[in-house]
Amino acid sequence: MAAIELRGLTKVYPGGVRALDALDLVIPDGEFFALLGPSGCGKTTLLRTIAGLETATGGSVVIGERDVTGVQPGGRDVAMVFQDYALFPHMDVTDNIAYPLRIKKVAKAARQAKAAEVGARLGLDHLMDRRPGQLSGGQQQRVALARVMATQAQAFLFDEPLSNLDARLRLEARTFLKKLQRELGVTTVFVTHDQAEALAMADRMAVMEAGHIRQIGTPAEVFQRPANTFVAAFIGSTPMNLLDGVVRGGTLEVAGCALPVPTSAQGLLADGEKIVYGVRPEYNAYASEPAEDALGGKVVIMENLGASHLVTLDVNDVLVQAIVPEGREPAIGEQGWAVPRRDRALVYRDGELVAG
Amino acid sequence: MFLVFPALWVLYLGLTNYRLTGVAAADPQIVGVDNFLTALGNPRFWNSTWLTVEFVAGSAVIGQAVLGFAIAWMLRDRRGPLRRIVEGIVILAWILPSAVVAFLWVALLDPGDGTLNAVLGLTDFAWLLDHPMLSVIVFNIWRGTAFSMMLYAAALGNVPPSHLESARLAGASGWQQLRDVVFPHIRGHVLTNLLLISLWTFNDFSPFMLTAGGPDGKSEVLAVHVYNEAVRNGSLGYGAAISTIILLINLVVAVFYLRLLRSKR
Amino acid sequence: MTRFVLGRIGFSTLIAVLLAFFTLPLLWLASAPLTSDPTYKVSVPDFTWENFQTILEHPYALPSLYNSLVLSVGTALVVVLLAALAAYALSRVHLPGRDVLLYVLLLLSSIITGTAAMVPLFQLAVDLQLIDSQFGLILILSGGLLPAAIFMLKDFMDATPKSYEESARVFGATPLQIVRHVVVPLVRPGLATIAVWSVANVWGNFLMPFLLLRDVEKQPAAVIMYTLYTEGGQANLRLLSTFGLLYSVPVVVMYLIVSKKYGFRFHGGIKR
Repeated sequence: MAAIELRGLTKVYPGGVRALDALDLVIPDGEFFALLGPSGCGKTTLLRTIAGLETATGGSVVIGERDVTGVQPGGRDVAMVFQDYALFPHMDVTDNIAYPLRIKKVAKAARQAKAAEVGARLGLDHLMDRRPGQLSGGQQQRVALARVMATQAQAFLFDEPLSNLDARLRLEARTFLKKLQRELGVTTVFVTHDQAEALAMADRMAVMEAGHIRQIGTPAEVFQRPANTFVAAFIGSTPMNLLDGVVRGGTLEVAGCALPVPTSAQGLLADGEKIVYGVRPEYNAYASEPAEDALGGKVVIMENLGASHLVTLDVNDVLVQAIVPEGREPAIGEQGWAVPRRDRALVYRDGELVAG
Repeated sequence: MFLVFPALWVLYLGLTNYRLTGVAAADPQIVGVDNFLTALGNPRFWNSTWLTVEFVAGSAVIGQAVLGFAIAWMLRDRRGPLRRIVEGIVILAWILPSAVVAFLWVALLDPGDGTLNAVLGLTDFAWLLDHPMLSVIVFNIWRGTAFSMMLYAAALGNVPPSHLESARLAGASGWQQLRDVVFPHIRGHVLTNLLLISLWTFNDFSPFMLTAGGPDGKSEVLAVHVYNEAVRNGSLGYGAAISTIILLINLVVAVFYLRLLRSKR
Repeated sequence: MTRFVLGRIGFSTLIAVLLAFFTLPLLWLASAPLTSDPTYKVSVPDFTWENFQTILEHPYALPSLYNSLVLSVGTALVVVLLAALAAYALSRVHLPGRDVLLYVLLLLSSIITGTAAMVPLFQLAVDLQLIDSQFGLILILSGGLLPAAIFMLKDFMDATPKSYEESARVFGATPLQIVRHVVVPLVRPGLATIAVWSVANVWGNFLMPFLLLRDVEKQPAAVIMYTLYTEGGQANLRLLSTFGLLYSVPVVVMYLIVSKKYGFRFHGGIKR
């Protein structure tokens, strides 16, 4: 087991596309680390470069104490689960799980014993003679995991491990994967485009955009204090309200309303400055009576989120969203007020978070 | 490993080029030009060229393509034994070895005991002697329709039923459906099919097995002409010249179809 | 209603005419071998097996079938091996202009394998003293089939995800191990298709062996068949009919197996 360290890692594709631009990243031993970003941001390229399937144009990859930048994939002592699992259709489950050991020239009896042991651990014991084509998506995923576990590699790399499962199974698999990683304690990097998945599973995560890492942090840090408007807009199941505003004296003028400066930006703003005011709908309290320090407007849309509703207010032609708990839903066309939590609201200047 | 195979590939390409130009290279240059002039001045060559055009147009473009499409269209909605039998027999005509098939037609068209004359109630009508080109064309339609049939059947299967249904709801007749929905959809298939069967028919040697080009050159298509001149009479240089001309015609035909194919996109 | 009835009648008549057109020439092959003393006339067979005796007696009949077998299996082996390697390389290595190159090659091959290549091939064979060499003929036939085979196989290879090979690479497999453990098993149906296609093609090929094999003992069934009905004197119909039938059966059987196992894929190898 080992830490992974990337130093100035750069990947330029022929034709000049910069998939990775001088990335620095340290993933400590045993961490469950997520690479999150929209498609085309370079997260899969990063994972494949760690695996050695792509060759870095510049910089280095260090796994454990060893610089493996020029080492072939097979020599890096990492194991990978592919998005489509890449289970060999012509081999049964046992042979699939035992395949890495076959390459390492482990004797047949020994590798079959190992496959049986790992398979049993993942609840595959009754499926060992089946071919991948005869397994459900969830079972295939567990076979792919078993194959990775059988390698006893220093680090695991998962490329979108959940994206081939249907929605309900995905939640189950999320819990299962997290539990398994905890038990094994192997450094694991996984790629996902689903922010909820990254928030739910990762110890720490990196949010990527266009070959750059825009923020590294724990899920709580990334959710509560996005470092820039890109991360702010990307994270969260309901998008953050990002509203243009101007600093006027000691207050902020946002959508024609006056709001107090958020705690985090206290004393850091100059008068007359143009800013973006950010607050998550979850951190907006809703009031149906006129309130102080609030964004007031007309209710235009109501969306049912199950235990709560997402209310959209039209505040002087700017749309503002807030979450309303069960039983207090306003009617369309009513007047309403969204009251941002001062300790959770954020201010962005030129796209970057203003904070001390 | 990844460098060796492209290299081998280029070598192979070089070989094919060598075969084509090798002959011209082996022959003195001036004689080469003479051969071309001889060919162009030879009435038998022009006769063969014309017969080849008849052969390709009649048996491939008109015969195989139209008949193949007609069968595919008629059977498009059918499953079960009728479709299997019709397709099976058409395909059988295609997969049997050409030497066997040629002889079957010799037997079929025999003036004395041939089945065709028996069916038509004719006696001593010598099809292969009196209408050699017609016989060869019909023979080739019989022989090659399967390919077009299968290709069109697959193509028709890819026409989205919803398109046909919306045309029917709009009140289009069978012919209008064909013209407005089916043909635009399978245009690419039609062109590919025509290209392939034209080239195949152009180069087809099986007429030789029916008539050997006779009687008196009346069914001597270019393929047979080359054989008779080059191998039988031994004038290899002349044969090579005609081969080159055939190749050029082939290329022109191919480029013509590919142009049409590309103009679609 | 009348239109519907007329349509049905028209359809049935058309199908009947078509069936007659396609069946008529085949009747003789079905009846003559089983008829004692057959003529060109199609008659109800009296189910004799005596005619097959003539094949055993003929000096070149059975050996020619063996020659056909040697030629077609030999060609299939060469084609499958070379096409698999070339298709794998072409499918996995991105070369600029690769698709155009392939298309041009395919086109050239469908042109060249025909009669236009007859003279150059003949001359080449004479120069290299490959006349009357079955091995030389196998090479020439393979050369003609290869481009189309590569084209078809490349389709198969393109359809198999790269992640299988990458997965094996991450586990440390060598390129040779990847090909043996992963690629070959995955494209086995494709290899089988190419093999069958090659065998069928060579089995029926008349022109090339006719041109390049002069020695009767080396000639395949296609050439012997032709010789049998064109050589002087009255053709031996008992021999011809049975030999033709025997020569045809393998391809029909092969077709049935292939169409049962894989459904039918085009011999032409063109999907679009």
